[in-house]
Amino acid sequence: MSFISLLWVLLLGSLLGLELIGKVPPTLHTPLMSGANAISGITMLAALTLIVKAEGNVPLLIIGSVSLGFALFNVVGGFFVTDRMLAMFSRKPSNKK
Amino acid sequence: MNLPVIIKFVIDLLAVLLLALGIKGLSKVKSARDANRLAAFAMSLSVVGLLSYYLGTSGIAIQSWIWIIIGSILGSLFGSILAKKVPMTSMPETVALFNGCGGMSSLLVALGVAIFPISNSVENLDFFKSLINEVSISVSIFVGAITFTGSIVAMAKLQGWLSTPGWTQSKVRHFVNIVFAVASLIAFFDLINGNTSSIWLLVIVSSLLGIGVTLPIGGADMPVVISLLNSYSGIAAAAAGFVVDSQLLIVAGAMVGAAGLILTQVMCKGMNRSLVSVLFGGSLSAQSTASSGSGEYTNITSCSVEECALTLEAANKVIIVPGYGLAVAQAQHTLREVTKKLEQNGIEVVYAIHPVAGRMPGHMNVLLAEADVPYEQLKEMDVVNPDFPATDVVLVLGANDVVNPQAKNDSSSPLYGMPVLDVQEARTVFVIKRGMSAGYSGIKNDLFDLPNTSMVFGDAKKVLNDLIGELKDLGVGEK
Repeated sequence: MSFISLLWVLLLGSLLGLELIGKVPPTLHTPLMSGANAISGITMLAALTLIVKAEGNVPLLIIGSVSLGFALFNVVGGFFVTDRMLAMFSRKPSNKK
Repeated sequence: MNLPVIIKFVIDLLAVLLLALGIKGLSKVKSARDANRLAAFAMSLSVVGLLSYYLGTSGIAIQSWIWIIIGSILGSLFGSILAKKVPMTSMPETVALFNGCGGMSSLLVALGVAIFPISNSVENLDFFKSLINEVSISVSIFVGAITFTGSIVAMAKLQGWLSTPGWTQSKVRHFVNIVFAVASLIAFFDLINGNTSSIWLLVIVSSLLGIGVTLPIGGADMPVVISLLNSYSGIAAAAAGFVVDSQLLIVAGAMVGAAGLILTQVMCKGMNRSLVSVLFGGSLSAQSTASSGSGEYTNITSCSVEECALTLEAANKVIIVPGYGLAVAQAQHTLREVTKKLEQNGIEVVYAIHPVAGRMPGHMNVLLAEADVPYEQLKEMDVVNPDFPATDVVLVLGANDVVNPQAKNDSSSPLYGMPVLDVQEARTVFVIKRGMSAGYSGIKNDLFDLPNTSMVFGDAKKVLNDLIGELKDLGVGEK
């Protein structure tokens, strides 16, 4: 990919992000922040790339592995905790008479 | 294009689409839970896409597999344990911790590539390409480090491990932070000039900058900061995308970065704060001590729990205003017991939720939902405000600034213009509070002086427990 097309990708991605959440009920601010936070752990893909391309360079493998650990801590923890919060909202309707 | 490239392209495209749908769905109550799972699925899909691409092209060495498995298992294990164990009241600091680790990950990737250039990027490096490479590495390190240390400081402050040091409230902090910022800039240019060792300087000063910027910010502004740092971690991921040449990373990072900015803006509006004053103004109480509204209380009525119970028993309609203090006292379950008793006696109970109630917007809803409060009883501010004149009793639990009538009546007040709950319109208002200390803004609350307001002093949980006892004695909810 040329640098210019990557810049286009960046621009369009940002515009998409700006458009995605126009109106959010205050109820969902915390879960939304937590869910978006989990997605920012997408940097795990960069960590994976690093490990695959390390070609036996042990320090690089270790850096990649630690980085992957941090990212997955973010991703897995983030999605679980968001689900825990949202579960409390969604079980409500079944609870009422 | 060969087959692995096509497969990866299709998977990436699908992942981006699902992630966008996920973020979109997270902003609606009905679809939120499914949307969260969809986003999680999209993330796993992207990993499958990446791994299958390398399997189909260069192959993945056994050694790489080992390190992939070690990192994945440890990260996922700790992440899921923390996510399952952490109490709902500590949600803001948990999000901060996760976020900081995301920033750390981007930082490490950039650092790794900077120290040991990966094979692909060395082959055909003309001047322009190596410049882009170095700029993206620097941005990734700079933003990643600020995200990491800033989030850790935010977490420590929310946990109460760290208080706001006095010097950070003076003007000195701006000078210190400018020094850090300039030093990062110098390190950045030095790095581009080919001096690789200055990367460590960049790591250190941007980490210090993250601490210096977050440390002066006061308690109730923390959610805004966490939301902003969340946006930064998206930017750090996008920068890491430039480093390893991944469009998917750039798109997803940019989406989170932009969405995080919008969310930050929405939160600021709810608190009547501008982002600039949150970031550079220091804590609000420090500014406003000398300003208007810090007068003495003249007409405080305090009353016992027994009187409060008697008034509640005679009421037809009760509105509960829960706030930060309720979250701190972890009294949401006890509150639910009180309201259950009232409901069994045929009293209508509604919860008025201010947009920034709790420790984070929406946090109060989560806490009350955890205590089994029916979703339909939670009313947003605009919906509930017209109801106050027809209400017999309002119970204010650990909320202060959000029920201050000054915000509507006194144009000289620093709170003026902030949306508030009009609790003073109700027949009787009980404020359950530890003492007469001011709220987060440090401003006198005119509500406490009004004739229809009575103060019930004590810890929210203890008062509510006593209230349950009194209501029992009165025979409320014993049918």
